[in-house]
Amino acid sequence: MDYNDQDMGRVEVKNTTCYMCACRCGIRVTLRDGEVRYIEGNPEHPLNKGVICAKGASGIMKQYSPARLTKPLLRKADAGRGESKFEEISWDRAFEIMEERLGKIRKTDPKQFALFTGRDQMQALTGLFAKQFGTPNYAAHGGFCSVNMAAGLIYTIGGSFWEFGGPDLERAKLFVMIGTAEDHHSNPMKVELSKFKRRGGRFISINPIRTGYSAIADEWVPIKPGTDGALILAIIRELIQQGLFDREFLVRYSNAAELVINDPEREDHGLFKRAEKPVEEGCFDPQNKLWWDRDLNAAVGTHTPGCDPRLLGEFELEDGTPVKPSFQLLKERVENYTPEWAEGITGIPVETIRRLAHEMGITARDQTIELPIQWTDCWDNDHNTVKGNPVAFHAMRGLAAHSNGFHSIRALGILMTLLGTIDRPGGFRHKAPFPRPIPPCPKPPKGPEDVQPETPLNGMPLGWPADPNDLFVDEDGEAVRLDKAFSWDYPLSVHGLMHNAITNAWRGDPYRIDTLLIFMANMAWNSSMNTSKVRDMLVDRDENGEYKIPFLIVADAFQSETVAFADLVLPDTTYLERHDAMSMLDRPISEYDGPVDSVRIPVVPPRGECKPFQEVLIEMGSRLKLPAFVDEEGKRKFRDYPDFVVNFETSPGSGIGFLAGWRGKGGEKFLKGEPNPRQWEMYAQNNCVFHYKLPRSYQYMRNWNKGYLEWARAHAMTRYAEPITVHLYSEVLQKFRLAAQGKRPGKQPPERLRKRVEMYFDPLPFYHDTLESRLVDTHAYPLNALTQRPMAMYHSWDSQNAWLRQIHTHNYLFVNPRLGKANGFHDGDWIWVESPHGKVRCMARFSNAVEPGTVWTWNAIGKAAGAWGLTPRANESQKGFLLNHLISEELPACEAGEHMSNSDPVTGQAAWFDVRVKVYKAGADEPEITSPQFASQRGLPGQQLRKGRWQAFIAGVFRKKAGISE
Amino acid sequence: MTQLALVIDLNVCVGCHACVTSCKEWNTSGWAGPLTDHRPYDKDPTGTFFNRVQTFEIGEFPKTETVHFPKSCLHCEEPPCVPVCPTGASYKRKDNGVVLVDYDKCIGCKYCSWACPYGMRELDEYQKVMKKCTLCIDRIANDALPEVERKPACVLACPTSARLFGDVHDPDSEVSIAIREQGGYQLMPEWGTKPANHYLPRRKTRIQIFEDELERADNPLRKEAPLPAAEGETLDDVSF
Amino acid sequence: MHPAFSVIFLTTLIGAGQGLFLALVTGQMYSLANLLQPQDSLSFYATGSSLSLLLLVAGLLASFFHLGHPERAWRSAACWRTSWLSREVIVLPLFMLLVAAYATVHYLGLTKPLFVLRDVIEVDASLLLGILGAVAAFALYICTAMIYASIKFIEEWHSPLTVINFTLFGLASGFMLAAAFSAWKGVDLVGFYGAWAVVFTLMAAVSRGMSLQRNTHLVHKSTLQTAIGIRHKGVVQKAQGFMGGSFNTREFFHGASDSTLRLVYWFFLCMVFVFPVLLLAASYWLASPYLPVAAFAVQYLGLMAERWYFFAEARHPQNLYYQSMA
Ligand SMILES: Nc1nc2c(c(=O)[nH]1)N[C@H]1C(S)=C(S)[C@@H](COP(=O)(O)OP(=O)(O)OC[C@H]3O[C@@H](n4cnc5c(=O)[nH]c(N)nc54)[C@H](O)[C@@H]3O)O[C@H]1N2
Ligand SMILES: Nc1nc2c(c(=O)[nH]1)N[C@H]1C(S)=C(S)[C@@H](COP(=O)(O)OP(=O)(O)OC[C@H]3O[C@@H](n4cnc5c(=O)[nH]c(N)nc54)[C@H](O)[C@@H]3O)O[C@H]1N2
Ligand code: SF4
Ligand code: SF4
Ligand code: SF4
Ligand code: SF4
Ligand code: SF4
Ligand SMILES: [Mo]
Repeated sequence: MDYNDQDMGRVEVKNTTCYMCACRCGIRVTLRDGEVRYIEGNPEHPLNKGVICAKGASGIMKQYSPARLTKPLLRKADAGRGESKFEEISWDRAFEIMEERLGKIRKTDPKQFALFTGRDQMQALTGLFAKQFGTPNYAAHGGFCSVNMAAGLIYTIGGSFWEFGGPDLERAKLFVMIGTAEDHHSNPMKVELSKFKRRGGRFISINPIRTGYSAIADEWVPIKPGTDGALILAIIRELIQQGLFDREFLVRYSNAAELVINDPEREDHGLFKRAEKPVEEGCFDPQNKLWWDRDLNAAVGTHTPGCDPRLLGEFELEDGTPVKPSFQLLKERVENYTPEWAEGITGIPVETIRRLAHEMGITARDQTIELPIQWTDCWDNDHNTVKGNPVAFHAMRGLAAHSNGFHSIRALGILMTLLGTIDRPGGFRHKAPFPRPIPPCPKPPKGPEDVQPETPLNGMPLGWPADPNDLFVDEDGEAVRLDKAFSWDYPLSVHGLMHNAITNAWRGDPYRIDTLLIFMANMAWNSSMNTSKVRDMLVDRDENGEYKIPFLIVADAFQSETVAFADLVLPDTTYLERHDAMSMLDRPISEYDGPVDSVRIPVVPPRGECKPFQEVLIEMGSRLKLPAFVDEEGKRKFRDYPDFVVNFETSPGSGIGFLAGWRGKGGEKFLKGEPNPRQWEMYAQNNCVFHYKLPRSYQYMRNWNKGYLEWARAHAMTRYAEPITVHLYSEVLQKFRLAAQGKRPGKQPPERLRKRVEMYFDPLPFYHDTLESRLVDTHAYPLNALTQRPMAMYHSWDSQNAWLRQIHTHNYLFVNPRLGKANGFHDGDWIWVESPHGKVRCMARFSNAVEPGTVWTWNAIGKAAGAWGLTPRANESQKGFLLNHLISEELPACEAGEHMSNSDPVTGQAAWFDVRVKVYKAGADEPEITSPQFASQRGLPGQQLRKGRWQAFIAGVFRKKAGISE
Repeated sequence: MTQLALVIDLNVCVGCHACVTSCKEWNTSGWAGPLTDHRPYDKDPTGTFFNRVQTFEIGEFPKTETVHFPKSCLHCEEPPCVPVCPTGASYKRKDNGVVLVDYDKCIGCKYCSWACPYGMRELDEYQKVMKKCTLCIDRIANDALPEVERKPACVLACPTSARLFGDVHDPDSEVSIAIREQGGYQLMPEWGTKPANHYLPRRKTRIQIFEDELERADNPLRKEAPLPAAEGETLDDVSF
Repeated sequence: MHPAFSVIFLTTLIGAGQGLFLALVTGQMYSLANLLQPQDSLSFYATGSSLSLLLLVAGLLASFFHLGHPERAWRSAACWRTSWLSREVIVLPLFMLLVAAYATVHYLGLTKPLFVLRDVIEVDASLLLGILGAVAAFALYICTAMIYASIKFIEEWHSPLTVINFTLFGLASGFMLAAAFSAWKGVDLVGFYGAWAVVFTLMAAVSRGMSLQRNTHLVHKSTLQTAIGIRHKGVVQKAQGFMGGSFNTREFFHGASDSTLRLVYWFFLCMVFVFPVLLLAASYWLASPYLPVAAFAVQYLGLMAERWYFFAEARHPQNLYYQSMA
C-alpha cells in the first residue's frame, strides 16, 4: 500500500520561527496547495533541535482560526465603547485618523500618547518608535511579568534567568528548580531536563505545586508561596556556617572581600571605601575598592597580586574609618535566619532545609569540573582550566511575582555565587548580550525637561538607574511617567509598570492622557489585575461625557477581550505571515556558547487586509516624520519593514542594526557592520538563525574574562571591558537608602516614601512578608492563590485554537483535599474564592499535589463570553474562570500612599502571586456557572465565525471534499 | 518477525501534550485523516485524537507523585480488537505488527473498540469509521521520507524524547534495550494481549551525605579564624 | 457501557422473535406427538411465524442504526471464523430465511407429509424447516450472546450466564408472545404457552439473578494500578487529556445517576419477572385475552430495561482511564 501523501498537490517546505509562545523555536512548515499541511520542529535549529511543543504543533488551528481579525475597524459613531460595534474602514482612513491625532499630540505634549505592548518580541522597534515620538509612556510586559528576576539578578550578577541566561544542565549534577512552571525556554528546558535526568542528575523542585516539570523531580519541596527568601537565606546561613562555599570564587569574582564603611553616623555609611585613584568615567563600579590583606594586616587595593584578603572581621583603616568586608556583613545579616526560623515561615522541615544546603554545598565542593580551557582574567592572570561546581538553579515567576521577589532573587544570586556557579560549567550560564555591567548602561530620562514637543525622548524609555539621580522625577520627586516607573515609588522599575497604566490614566494620576495604543496585550482580561474594574475604567466617562481614556487603539490579530473596547482596531498578521526579527537589541535567542538571533520569514500571504504591525509603525513613523524614519528632507526612509531591518542603524554608520548576522556589504561581518542588502536571503538560507559560536576560551567566566569582554566591546555588545564583579553587597541599593535617610545630596524621595525606600533598599537581601500580607487580614484570608501556565496554552490566546481548547476547555481551582474537608465541600463542587478585592465562583478539584495553604488554577483558561471566536455557551466562559478578578492592581491605602501599586517596592514587579483568599461552598440555589459574567461579545466585521459544526481539517486538495468550513 | 512499537518513558514525560497535537496535525492531513472535531468553537468541544496525555496523582501530601501518562494504541501482539471485527477492516500487519483499520471496509459497528481493554480506539463521529493510532504508518513505511524522519510524528515532536520507537522483537534495538535495562512494562498484563508498546517507570536519583563530609581540613572557615588577639600584656611587656 | 437503543431493540426484538418461532415449532411438535390439538396452518403458524419474522426484521432494522456505514453491512459476514458478530450477521438472515420459508410453507398449506418416520411421525416440509429454524434460532441466541460473552475483559458479560440469559429471555418473551398470540387468536394454547413462558421466566429469573449476584461480587481483574502500571494504593486520576468528552466517555459510560440505575434495576425485575407471571396467573383465572397480551407487553418493556441495565452494569476496563478531568 502506498501511504505517501507528499506528492499530492503542490508541496512546499519553508523555514521560519514559531510564535505560538515566546520560546522562538525553529520550525519547518510544509504547505500543500498553499495551505499549512504540517509544522514540525526544525532539526537544524540550535534552540529546539527538531522538537516542537503542543502549541507549536497546533499552529494550523491558529492560522485558520475564526477569531482572526481581517479588517481595520472603527467603533461606530453611535455605539458605546465596549459594545463591540464596528464599521470596516480602509487602512488609509486608519492611518489618517492616527496621523491627525498623534500628530497633534506630538506637537503639544508627547506624553499624552502611551504605547504599551504585551508579550511581544519587537521591543526594539516599539521602543524606538516611542523614543522617536518623544513619549516616555512606553513599556512592554516585563513589569507585570518577571522584572524582579531581571533586576534582582542583573543588579547582582550582571545577568539573569528569564531570556538572559540559564542553568547548564549538560554538566550539572544537582539541579534545583524554584517556582517555574513552563517558562520561555520551553522546549530547550524539556530537552535538557530529560537528558539531565537520564544522565543520573539529581533534580529538586521547590514549588507549592507539583505538576509539569516538578512532576519528574527526584524530590519535591512544597513551600508556602512568597517565602522562598526565607528558605534561601537559611540555606545561605547554613552554607556559611558549615564553610560550604567557594572561597576563592568569592574573593576573586565578587565583592565579598571588599571593604564597606561601617559607621552609621557617617554620610557614606555602607558605601565601599574607595581609594583615591583615577577611574575611567563610566557608568559603573570603578575598580578602586579595598581588601584587607591578612599578612600586612592592612587595606590594599582589590586584586593586589599575591594578596589573600580577609572575608570576615572588622577593621579600621589608617584614617580611622571602621570597615567590614561585605562577606562579614552578609554573615551578620543571616545570623538570625536559622533553619528553625525558616521552617516556621516556609513550612519546610528543618532537616530538609539543612539537607538541601548540604546537598548543594557538598555537590559543589566535591564534584568539581575542570575543563582544559585556557583563559585570562581581567587582572591578567592566566588560567589553564575553567572550573565549575555542578549545582545549577533555575527560577522564574514563583520567585519574581511576589512583592518580596527582588530580595528573594538577590538572595538566590548570592547563593549561586557562594557555591561558585556563575558562568561556569554546570552552573549558571549567561546568554549574549549578557553579562552586562551592573547595572547596564542605558538610563531613563531624568526629568520633565526630557520630554519635549516634536522631539525624541532624551534618554531611553526604559533604562537602569544606578543611583537616585538617575530617577525620572519632577522637582517634587514625583513621577513623570504615566505608570510612575523610575520614580521613588518603584525606583528600579526597569521594565515599567504596564499593569498600572490603565488605572493611572483613568484616574488622571499623575495625569490624563489622550491616546492609548495597546499592541499584543490582552489588557481587558489576562494582563490586568482587577480585571472587572479595569474593564469599567475603559468605558468610564468624565463630567463632559468624554471617555476618561479618550482614544484607544488596539493592534491585535484576534478577537480578544480587549479588542471589544477599542476605538480603532488594527488587524495584525500571524507569525506565519510576517517578517520578524528577534534582535540582539531586544531579547535574542542566544545560546550559552555565543550570540544567536533569528527571524521570521512569511510562509503564507496575509489573510484579508491584515497588515504587520511593524509596517504600521514604519508608516506612522514616516507620516509623523520621526527622525529615525525619514531622511533630512523629511521623506520616508524605508520601503517596508524588511527594508528597515536591513538598513536601519542605531545611529548613522554605527553598523549596529536589528540583525547581527551577515552584516557588511557582502555578509562577511557579524554583530557590527554596514547594512547588507541580501541579509534576509542569508537568514533564509540558514534556517532563519544566525549563531556565532565564541571561541572556547570566551565561553565561560565572562564577567571577568578579559578576552571575552574585549571581544564584546569590539563587537559593540558592551561599552566597557571592565570586570563585572558580583554584587554580594549592593552599593547601588545603599545609595538609595542613604538618599532616603537624607544623607545624600541630589534627588530626595517625597516624605511619604522615605521610610519605604529606606526599608526596601537594603544592600543585603532580607526577608519580609509580602506587602499584601502585611496589609490585609491574613486570618480572614488564610490561603494563597496562584496560577500556573499550562504547557498546552499560551496566556489567553489559545482558546481560539480548536485543538488546544479541547485539552483545556475550562479550569478548576485545585485545592488540597484537607482544605476541602475543612471547608465542607467535595471534589467537583462549585465554590467561591474570595479575596479582599473580589470573588469568583468556580469548581473545585481536589489535589494532593498542592501545599494545603495554597489553591491554584491554570492561568487564563477562563474567557469572556463571545470572545475568541467562541460561542457564548463555550465552556471557557461558563465554567472557566479568571483569577485576575481577585487580584488588585493597587495596595490598600498605606503610609506610602493611597494608590500604591500592588508591586515589589524596589522594581514595580506586579505581585500576582501575593493575593490572599478564602474558599467556601457555593449555595445550593446558585447557578452552576462561573461568576462574574460579562455581556457576550459580538462577532466583528471581517471575522469568519463557525459555530457548532463539524470541522475536518485537511490541508489543500482534499479540503473541500472533507467538508471543512472555511 | 518485526514488531514496531513505542516505548514511553514516564521518568521524563512532563505531560506537555506535544505528542497529542503533533499527532493530530500530522494525521489529519495524512493517510489516516481527517481527524474530525465536533463543536470546535462551541460548548463541549470534542474530536478524534489518536493520542492523549493523562495525569494521575499518587499518594498523599506531601508524599505526592504526579505522573503524566501518554496513551495511544499499544499495537498488541495478541490484539483482541482484530479478531472481533466482522469485516476484516481491523487488521495487524504481518510484516511489522502495526494494527490498522481499513476505513473503506469499516462499517462503524464499534465492536473492536469494545474489545480493546485500553480504550485506544475512537470512532470518528463524522466519518463514522473507527480510528486509532497508526504508528504513523505513512511516515514509518514511507520510503520517500529521509531515513531519520521515518519515525512517528509524536516521537519526533516529543521534547523530552520520552517516546522511543523501534522493533521490540529485535533484542538489540534501542527500545528492547530500554525495556530490558529500565524495567519496561506492559499495561494490564492480565489480559494476555501482549501490548507491543511498553512503559518505563520513574527512577529516582538520591544523594547520600555522610556526616564527616561536612567537616574537612580545607574548610574555608579556617582561613577566616579571627586574628590572634593583640590586646593586653605579653611576656614582652613584663620580662626583662 | 453506554446502552445504545439500536442494540437494545435488536437483541430484545430478535430474542422474542426467535422465542416465538421456537414456541410455534414446539407447538407443532406437540401436536405431532398428539399432545396438543393441531392448529390451523394459515391462521396460526403462518401468521405466527410472520409475526416472528416481523420482529426479526424490526430488530435487523434497528441494528442498522448502530452502524456508522449500514450500506457496507454486507461486508460484515467476512470474518465468521473469528468474529461472533460476523457469525451473528450470517445466522440472523439465515434464520430469517428459514422463518420466512416456514411461514410460506404454512401459508401455502404445503403440509403434506413428505415421509413418515418410524411409521408414526409424519414429516412434512414445515417440520423440516421448523427443526432447521429451531437449530438456527438457538445458534442465533448463542451468536448474539457470545458477542458480549466473548469479550473477556468485560467481566460482567464474560460468563456462560450471558448466553443462558439471552436464550432464556428470548424463550420467555417468545413463549409469552405465543401465549398472547394464542389468546388474541382465541386459540386454546394460552395455557400451554403461558406455562412454558412462566417456566422460562422463572428460569431466567434464576439465571439472571445469578449473574446479578455474580456481578455485584465481581472483583475486576484490572485496576488503576495495572492500567497504568504503578503499584500504590492511592492512585487518583486528575486529567484525562480532554474536557469536552470523547468517544471513550460517550461509548463506555452510561452517564446515568445511581438512583436512575437503581430505578431501572427494580423496574426490570418487576416488569420482566413479577408482573408477567402475575398477569398470566390472572389470565388463567379471568380468561381474558387481553391479559396475556399485557403480560407480553409488560415483559417486553421490562426486557428493554433489562438490556439497558445489562449494558449499564458492565464496567469496561477502559473506564479506569476516564475517571476525572481537569
Ligand atoms: N505554555 C506556556 N508557556 C509560557 C507561557 C504560557 O502562557 N504558556 N507564558 C510565558 C511567559 S510570558 C512567562 S513570564 C513564562 C513564565 O514562566 P513561569 O515562571 O514558569 O510561570 P508561571 O506559570 O507563572 O509559574 C510560576 C510557578 O511558580 C510557582 N510559585 C508560585 N509562587 C511561588 C513561590 O512563592 N515559591 C515558589 N518556589 N514557587 C512559586 C507556581 O506554582 C508555578 O509553578 O512562561 C512563558 N512560557
Ligand atoms: N493571574 C495571572 N495573570 C497573569 C499572569 C499570571 O501568572 N497570573 N502572568 C502575567 C504575565 S507574566 C504576562 S507576560 C501576561 C501576558 O499577558 P498578555 O501579554 O496580555 O498576553 P495574552 O493574554 O496572550 O494577550 C496577548 C494578545 O496578543 C494577541 N496576539 C497574539 N498573536 C498576535 C500577533 O501576532 N500580533 C498581534 N498584534 N497580536 C497578537 C492575542 O490575540 C492577545 O490579545 O499575563 C500576565 N497575567
Ligand atoms: S515552545 Fe513555543 S516557540 Fe517552541 S514550538 Fe512551542 S510554541 Fe513554538
Ligand atoms: S510529548 Fe513527550 S513529554 Fe510531552 S506529553 Fe508527550 S510523551 Fe510526554
Ligand atoms: S491497544 Fe487496543 S486497539 Fe491497540 S492493538 Fe491493543 S487491543 Fe487493539
Ligand atoms: S468498527 Fe470497523 S474496525 Fe471496528 S469492528 Fe466494526 S468494522 Fe471492524
Ligand atoms: S505513532 Fe503516530 S499515530 Fe500513533 S500516537 Fe504517535 S503520532 Fe499519533
Ligand atoms: Mo510573562
